Amino acid sequence: MSGVALLAIFVLAVFVGFEVVSKVSSTLHTPLMSGANAIHGIILVGAVIVAGEAENGLELAVGLFATVLATVNLVGGFVVTDRMLEMFKGRRPAAGDPKGGAR
Amino acid sequence: MNVLSGSWTEVLYLVAAVCFILALKGLSGPKTARRGNLIGAGGAVVALLVTFLAFDLDHIPLILLAIVVGSALAVPAARKVQMTQMPQLVALFNGVGGGAAAVVAILELAAIGAGGDATSDRGNLAAVAFTVLVGSISFSGSCVTFAKLQELMTTRPVVIPGAAPLLVGGLVFSVGIAVWLFAVGQLWLGLLLLVLGLAVGVMVVLPVGGADVPIVISLLNAFTGLTVAAGGFVLHNTLLLVAGTLVGASGTILTREMAAAMGRSVGGVMFGALRGGSTAGSTAISDRPVKSVTPDDVAILLGYARKVIVVPGYGLAVAQAQHTIRELAEQLEAKGIEVAYGIHPVAGRMPGHMNVLLAEANVPYEALKEMDEINPEFKTADVVLVVGANDVVNPAAKTTPSAPIYGMPILEVSDAQQVIFLKRSMRPGFAGIENELLYDPKTSLLFGDAKDSLTKVLGAVKAL
Repeated sequence: MSGVALLAIFVLAVFVGFEVVSKVSSTLHTPLMSGANAIHGIILVGAVIVAGEAENGLELAVGLFATVLATVNLVGGFVVTDRMLEMFKGRRPAAGDPKGGAR
Repeated sequence: MNVLSGSWTEVLYLVAAVCFILALKGLSGPKTARRGNLIGAGGAVVALLVTFLAFDLDHIPLILLAIVVGSALAVPAARKVQMTQMPQLVALFNGVGGGAAAVVAILELAAIGAGGDATSDRGNLAAVAFTVLVGSISFSGSCVTFAKLQELMTTRPVVIPGAAPLLVGGLVFSVGIAVWLFAVGQLWLGLLLLVLGLAVGVMVVLPVGGADVPIVISLLNAFTGLTVAAGGFVLHNTLLLVAGTLVGASGTILTREMAAAMGRSVGGVMFGALRGGSTAGSTAISDRPVKSVTPDDVAILLGYARKVIVVPGYGLAVAQAQHTIRELAEQLEAKGIEVAYGIHPVAGRMPGHMNVLLAEANVPYEALKEMDEINPEFKTADVVLVVGANDVVNPAAKTTPSAPIYGMPILEVSDAQQVIFLKRSMRPGFAGIENELLYDPKTSLLFGDAKDSLTKVLGAVKAL
């Protein structure tokens, strides 16, 4: 893909990113930050590619190191966000949901 | 394995990118947040599977092993971490992501160099330079925020003499090296840039005060997003480009919103201490008289009130007193006393942090009231119990234009009949400024660890 096409995607994604999170209640700032943090852990894809294309032992070792770091970011990020959000569950009891109202 | 065609790869990457957009959208609303996060995780799984199927990769067993190792490190940490320590864990996760991006870019630089004329693709080299510099800043900066939040080092701003020129010099030098790297594409310049980025990251975060660290985490999070986007340029990978850009853009908005909720500007947070002032407040302890009381006095005040409002702060969280405060509230309610919690948007260490902590202690959601909702109620409250909070109730935010927190909306606790502060000491809060309210005649202070004090008060209330 040409550099210009990538640039176009970049610019459009900036606007989507701005649009998608505007006006968030401050209660959700922390989980939202944590969730966004998990999403950039997708650099794991990049780490896997460079590790898989490594030409020598050193490159492989460094690539695997990056893979471990990126996995920590991605997996840890989603797990900790889920744990945070789990705390909120049932605290906005939906009508007719006795389990939700019990807390 | 190379079983997926290029077009299918792009289509499936697009699916993953849409998942990430839906994830961010979902995380913006309370009802959809958890599902949003799961959609994001699903997108990540799709993207990873596609990557293994689409590229002709060697060393797949070793790569899988690395992923297992990474998961084995991350999952227990994410599951077991105390909710009070969650901000620093997020900071750490963010840092390793930035570090991974920087390392990926260095490897790609090595590959470009080995492939012949490194300078044939200028756009690529610019993206490599950006990824290495910003990724390493994000890594070391996040490590310093981790150390501050974990209290491995002081939470106060650290300003070494000559810090400002050193930082500016470091930044200018780094950008110069980045431009040189862009021009010649040599690997050693990339490595030098990596080291410089690490140093700059430390220098940028050291002068930031403890209360402002959440804003810095959010900013570094946005930085890492942009780093990943630049990594997408380097690898010509549209998914990395879109996902990174989404996080960079949404993270920037989030950082500004957080700063606004705290009455700060992002520039003031980052460079305030260097300009002399702003975050660096006084640590002087005034010797004016205060009314210090015993747990029994507090129990009597509470036990004969009709309406009590609890204002929890980070001190409650660090003392792990959220369960004790819930017990105390239940005792009071059993006596027919109305109890509500006034939650400042930035109570705790991050916006929304206190809601998470109290939810963990099973405090009913209906009792948690946000600032706008609770402020008119203070007038009708007999007693306000401020537990480990300080800056969020400091009237200086309204009355003292020179105070670093000036302009921050506060909880109007001084409208109540009586105010009780549970504090460890007279030390000022994170913002490092004195709280006039402590010297107010209607204010009583109970000194000690929040959990300890609350346990004693609870015992005394039970004995009433």
